[in-house]
Formats: sequence, structure tokens, C-alpha cells
Amino acid sequence: MTARSETLLWIGQRASAAVLALCVVVHLATMIHAVQGGLSAAEILGRTRGSAGWFAFYAVFVLAVSVHAPIGLRAVLGEWLGWRGRSRDLALIAFAVVLAGFGLRAVFGVFGAPA
Amino acid sequence: MNLLQVNVWKGAETGAFRTFEVPRQASQTVLDVVTYIQRSLDPSLAYRFACRVGMCGSCAMTVNGVARWTCRTHVDAVAVDGRLEIAPLANLPVVRDLVADMRSFFDKWAKARGQFKGARTRKDPFEPISPQSPERRAVDAAIECIGCGVCYASCDTVTWNPDYLGPAALNRAWTLQQDARDTGKAERLRAVAGDGGCHACHTHVSCSERCPKHISPTEGIAGLKRAAAKAALRGTL
Repeated sequence: MTARSETLLWIGQRASAAVLALCVVVHLATMIHAVQGGLSAAEILGRTRGSAGWFAFYAVFVLAVSVHAPIGLRAVLGEWLGWRGRSRDLALIAFAVVLAGFGLRAVFGVFGAPA
Repeated sequence: MNLLQVNVWKGAETGAFRTFEVPRQASQTVLDVVTYIQRSLDPSLAYRFACRVGMCGSCAMTVNGVARWTCRTHVDAVAVDGRLEIAPLANLPVVRDLVADMRSFFDKWAKARGQFKGARTRKDPFEPISPQSPERRAVDAAIECIGCGVCYASCDTVTWNPDYLGPAALNRAWTLQQDARDTGKAERLRAVAGDGGCHACHTHVSCSERCPKHISPTEGIAGLKRAAAKAALRGTL
């Protein structure tokens, strides 16, 4: 991998980490606040569905995870399993697509338009 | 007589520790102990040293599990219950006994473009460099490396990724990147930002913790990461 690609991956991981730091704090604070007094799944969906703001927030959250996790895993696979080269990078691109796919599916399910 | 129990690695990649009893002396260094063993107990013991005063960087070994310069390490500071375990530096092949093969360590300095590349000839005037300039101060903080290999032997990333250039080579590259006279900066930045370069560092800080010269390669590596990021965003990497 070229120096430019390595550096862009590093920037991608640092930038996504900054986004995740904010998203995780907002997510946890909202969860703790929202479940005070108890909520059923139907009540949760009633509040979340159709919310464009939360849809955008969680879409960004999921995309940041899809960038951050595969880059971190790349170092783990290289250092712990000795898996390097093109096959590792292709596998991690597939992993990123799966993360983004399942994550965005969940975002659509919870925050999409009411059924 | 007060005796020190010393386990010393004998052999190459395969071998075993052998125990020696060495008389304790006041202000005794670990290198004194190794020298005593070779001169009085086991003439076949192989080890490396030169200056004995912390300048040449050739006597580093693993002492009780930690890489140290043995000539400046007092036995009193490291012996546990009157015992010492002395082994060759980690992360390097063993030539014999306490002698590590330093070739891969120094080859990586060359791979990181650790050579100064200037444009002036001896007929040109000196380049004026202010001692107060931020670049010169950064060089001052990192330039006293004696190439002992303690940082390299202490680095987890080197253990896990044999292609990683390591703290010393990257620290050297960092000093040259700060040198106003150097003309090889773009090429060097490409050399240290690729596979096994500065981005492989996990900032465990073992190198800075163990460096006998109190250099912080971690800071230099962070500086290289920042420089590479700026160059990549500008499209000049």
C-alpha cells in the first residue's frame, strides 16, 4: 500500500474516532434519559419513526463505525494473525460494507417513515 | 562474601540460561558483572561493549526482562533479591550468548532514509540556523540517539510487525525532517509513511519510557504522522 493510502486510512480512523466519541456520548445520554420510567418497544418506535434528525444522526454513527472498525481490525489482523496484503484489504472492504448494510438497515427500521 | 546469582543466556536462538555467582562490589554495573563472568568464570561468553561510559550504544542487553544499557545500569538499581537475569536484546536475532544481530535494526534506518541529503558544497557559506527556532529545538530534543537498540527491543509493535521501521529509525527521520538544510524531505516522508511506517505505531510509549538518553521517539513519530497527514491532504505525498 502506498504512503498516501496508508496516511488516508490513518486520517480516516482518527476522523471517525472523533465522530464516534461524540455519537457514543449522545447515544448513551439519550438512552439513559429516554428509558427513565420504562418504555416498551412499541413506545420507542412510536417516538423514533419519522424523525429526520435522529435518522441522520444514527446514519452518521453507523457510517463512522463502518470506517473506524475495519481500519482498526486491519492492524489487529496484520499483527496478531500475520494476515497482510491485498486479500486482507478486500476482506475488510467486505466487512465495512456488511457493517454499513446491517447498520443502515437498523437505522431505517427504527427511524424510517412510520409503517 | 556477598554473592550475586546471575542467570546468563548461553547459546543462540536455542539455548538456556546458565547460573553464575559473582561477588558484589560497590557501584558495580551490569556490564561489570558480565565482564567478571567472561574473565573469571566462562571465557567463552560472548557479549558486546566498547566505551563503557554510555556513549557508543553497543552494550545494551535485556536485564531482568527490561532492555537497558548495561554500562550505566547499577546492579543495586535492578537486582531483585540478589538475582539478575541477563539476556540478549529482544526483537533481534541472536548471534551468540548476549550478542544480538543489529543488522535489521540499522537496515531500517537506511530504509527510513536516515541519511542527511544536502545541497550546499564546502565552498558555500554555512546555513544560518537559529538555536531558538522550533525546528532546531525539535532536533535538539531527538538528536542524541546513540543507536543502542533499547527502544527497538522494547517496542511491542516491532514484535508484532517485523516490517515496522521502529522508534530509532523514525526518530532519526524526524530529526532530518526538521533540518532546514536537508533536501530529501519529500522522499523521506514517503519512506516513513508507507507500510510498516509511522502509522503502525500504537503510541504504547515503551520506547520513550526505556530510552537511556531520555529521548521521546513517540513525539517524533507523532510529528511524522502529522506531517504525512498534511502532505496527503495537500496531495504532495
